[in-house]
Amino acid sequence: MREINTSKITEVVSALCASAITNLPEDVLSALNTALKNETSKSGREILRQIIQNAKIAAEEKLPLCQDTGTAVLFIELGQEVAIINGNFNEAVQEGVRQGYKDGRKSIVADPLARNNTKDNTPAIIHLDIVTGDKIKIKLSCKGGGAENKSTIKMFNPSTNKEEIERFILETVKNNSPEACPPVIIGVGIGSNFDGVALLAKKALLRKVGMHSSAFSIKKWEKELLEKINKLGIGPMGLGGKTTALAINIERAPCHISSLPVAINFDCHAHRYGEAVI
Amino acid sequence: MIKINTPLSDKDVLSLKAGDQVLISGKIYTARDAAHMKFGNKPPFEVKGQIIYYASPTPTKPGKIIGSIGPTTSSRMDAFAPDLFKMGLKGTIGKGRRSKEVVESMIKNKAVYFVVPGGVAALLSKHVKASKTIAYPELGPEAVLELEVIDFPAIVAIDAKGKSLW
Repeated sequence: MREINTSKITEVVSALCASAITNLPEDVLSALNTALKNETSKSGREILRQIIQNAKIAAEEKLPLCQDTGTAVLFIELGQEVAIINGNFNEAVQEGVRQGYKDGRKSIVADPLARNNTKDNTPAIIHLDIVTGDKIKIKLSCKGGGAENKSTIKMFNPSTNKEEIERFILETVKNNSPEACPPVIIGVGIGSNFDGVALLAKKALLRKVGMHSSAFSIKKWEKELLEKINKLGIGPMGLGGKTTALAINIERAPCHISSLPVAINFDCHAHRYGEAVI
Repeated sequence: MIKINTPLSDKDVLSLKAGDQVLISGKIYTARDAAHMKFGNKPPFEVKGQIIYYASPTPTKPGKIIGSIGPTTSSRMDAFAPDLFKMGLKGTIGKGRRSKEVVESMIKNKAVYFVVPGGVAALLSKHVKASKTIAYPELGPEAVLELEVIDFPAIVAIDAKGKSLW
């Protein structure tokens, strides 16, 4: 067994959060620069320029990119040969989020109805997988509320064809993306069950922008969908243009004979994520 | 670019057209969901002629004026806006579309809706020259702030005639 101290986990999670909220990942920045070259709408070009300029200011001055620094969502792969020592694993992760959000906005309320702010941006949402090996792999998404609010799930019948699913995706993007801070990143989950499909859609968001599914037919569909979405004319911040989405990533999973769940999870252009291995 | 100063008069408001790019200077007030729920018929500042910015910043770093401050989704405040326009509020700043009821109330009460791009909050913070909490400090990031802004860049998304960019 390899021993890992909880203080190490806290330290790594804290550093991931602090960096993610101020630094726009290279793949997102590169996609925005390409979009600016292709965008023809006047407001679209101006907004893309501001987004790129904002990323520069945020990185230089270590300022959060967006005032909504989001919910910390962590996907953790825990190697089964790791022994966690000196404390509780979950507490160590939450403490990392607490420390890493020092300069982030405290956006979490303890109760959805009473709405009292927890004042430290915890609890974070943790998805844990036990895997082989002696390492801990942590993926973080700092997920803003605006884009999250525009996400949706639909339970289709198994007889539904691909064209109907495509119509559902395009219709959802058309109706919901203007308030999700476009250009958006779109995660689509297909399969699993009610709870599993939402998780698939969220995982799909964590794929690098520009990286397609390894399945050929899905890769082809992702490319076609992105082209169709960017022809909807929604544009940056919904004010018109060719740049509505930077990426659409589809993830699939096995499902029940009577089900065909589809989930769509939006992320805004301030697409903040990070990864670390201990 | 059209320069405007708060408080706004009816004449200022009526001169603005959907699509105009403006630079706003003067005092504006932040409020979002939790603050609006507390307003009732007594907002904690004189709303006449003023602008509400649907926003709540990140924490202010030592020696700085304010943290990053961009807009939140305006439609969540649609239910509250008509009453505020009746009290004399002249403008709101946020992101995204507004309801039919809000637009009708804007026409009736002569008010304007500005949008600023979401997610450019570090850049927008550079236009804030002073900030103070004037109400509901217990709401943490959702407290009402009085901001002094200079050349704050925004786009007129819906004008007082009801003409919209959407």
